[in-house]
Amino acid sequence: MDELLKKQLQITACKVRMGIIEGVYNAKSGHPGGSLSIADTLTYLYFAKLNVYPNDPKYAERDRFVLSKGHTAPALYSVLAHRGFFPVEELKTLRHIGARLQGHPDMKHIPGVDMSTGSLGQGISAACGMALSAKLTSETYKVYAILGDGEIEEGQVWEAAMFAAHNKLDNLVAVVDNNGLQIDGKISDVCSPYPIDEKFKAFGWHVITMDAHDFDSIEKAFNEAETVVNQPVVIIQTSVKGKGVSFMENQVSWHGTAPNKEQYEQAMSELTAQLKELEG
Amino acid sequence: MAELVKKATRESYGEALAELGDKYENLYVLDADLAGATKTGIFKKKFPDRHIDCGIAEANMMGVAAGLATTGKIPFASSFAMFASGRAFEIVRNSIGYPHLNVKIGATHAGISVGEDGASHQCNEDIALMRTIPGMTVINPADDVEARAAVEAAILHDGPVYIRFGRLAVPVFHDKDTYKFEIGKGEQLTDGNDVAIIATGLMVYEAIKAAEELKADGISARVINIHTIKPLDTELVVKAAKETGLIVTAEEHSVIGGLGSAVCDAVCAECPTKVVKIGVNDVFGHSGPAVDLLKEFGLCSENIVKTVKENLAK
Repeated sequence: MDELLKKQLQITACKVRMGIIEGVYNAKSGHPGGSLSIADTLTYLYFAKLNVYPNDPKYAERDRFVLSKGHTAPALYSVLAHRGFFPVEELKTLRHIGARLQGHPDMKHIPGVDMSTGSLGQGISAACGMALSAKLTSETYKVYAILGDGEIEEGQVWEAAMFAAHNKLDNLVAVVDNNGLQIDGKISDVCSPYPIDEKFKAFGWHVITMDAHDFDSIEKAFNEAETVVNQPVVIIQTSVKGKGVSFMENQVSWHGTAPNKEQYEQAMSELTAQLKELEG
Repeated sequence: MAELVKKATRESYGEALAELGDKYENLYVLDADLAGATKTGIFKKKFPDRHIDCGIAEANMMGVAAGLATTGKIPFASSFAMFASGRAFEIVRNSIGYPHLNVKIGATHAGISVGEDGASHQCNEDIALMRTIPGMTVINPADDVEARAAVEAAILHDGPVYIRFGRLAVPVFHDKDTYKFEIGKGEQLTDGNDVAIIATGLMVYEAIKAAEELKADGISARVINIHTIKPLDTELVVKAAKETGLIVTAEEHSVIGGLGSAVCDAVCAECPTKVVKIGVNDVFGHSGPAVDLLKEFGLCSENIVKTVKENLAK
């Protein structure tokens, strides 16, 4: 990846992480762990990949993005705000009464949200519908979706997986965020979905793996995805839940807990230090 | 009463889709391996490129329909009522209802008149389930003419619509040349002030027959066809309550949560009136010929007549 672009993306991703912490702290609830694990991927998508139009969020030919793991809405909201879909300041209203920023993505009210999600396993089906729609009427937009690794325990995901391969939806790229943790513990202990790659291969998908916190790896994976024809693509990303905030990293307890004031200040101070270092 | 032509509303559904496919190029039909039974196979034959078979996966089918709707297409997701409303309930609620997407759900084989397949396939709960979803329109046509009209009305309506169709051939009593269908507007079929029989689906014709029998006994029954259970024509229902003082509801559905419950909700709030519900009384069905089952479960004109007389005598 171009070094300047990489630096810009790293800086933006750091700001996106600050927005996540800001939102969850002000909401006094929400899901920081899985939001932080997808922050780099979302930043790459919205700042280097997707054809989206903050001034015309519903533009018909835009690329679509579906956050199938909808509970990590703080990450999506933060990236949308930083991309200019709505003011960054609005992130502080997350989950408040009267706010647009609902606990889970709400396409009816939040500019830039292409599908309402939150109930796991459902977003990927809607993403299939969007990709199929493009095929039916020869449109060129692409559809991206991010699923949790715990989420793929839902049976509907595999109905969608079968459907996407059967319909040769090569305009669909699904990312599985493999941070290894779900609410009740390690995914390998709760009800293991491993081997994830072999399952998707068996369902007829083209499988790519990437390091979720390395923009070179991210770029390479999404570029490879674009070369695949007649098959849907899944990118299995190895990620760290809570990435970027030392005390949240790899801790299942940060799946769905908001930081208190002291923890918030520590998280923001760590991220501020990272940002300063990046900005040199 | 003259013998009427009989037709199953699932056939009306398939034929209407095939007819309307020319007029509405945005119309797409989805199935879950039941295109032959839901009669959407008729559409598939004419518009193979606009028919998507999702396989035996109703949950995903509803999600795919939602995705199609976000891009401006009008999908009809078809399956048996049991699976469309039951198995896929939460997807209909969260992926279609919550974002108020323009998805139409064509649910065939509703009610006990599925017949021989038995209780596992006899869905008597779908109206109850669907009417709890905010913004969902719920339609239960009474015959071929109404079913066809409902399909086009659903296309023209912006928002999710659940339409319930039957497997059993039922009399076609509406006149296709004069019948005007409007979502949310009930149809008063007979005048009468002794009792109001408010019916839906295949029970509407039974109500008409019952009213004729009652008339012979000097009882004037007002028959109302409620094809749209949600939004309910509250005005027509409350007027009937005020002018008759006794309501008998008739539906091929559980007495819990269906038309009878919707009517009770309306009259309780605006004009408390005795409502007696005819429907499936909180039991599962079982296998048997549809016509025999309808009689056994009291879903027939004879039971309406009996119920009206008993309650007028009280």
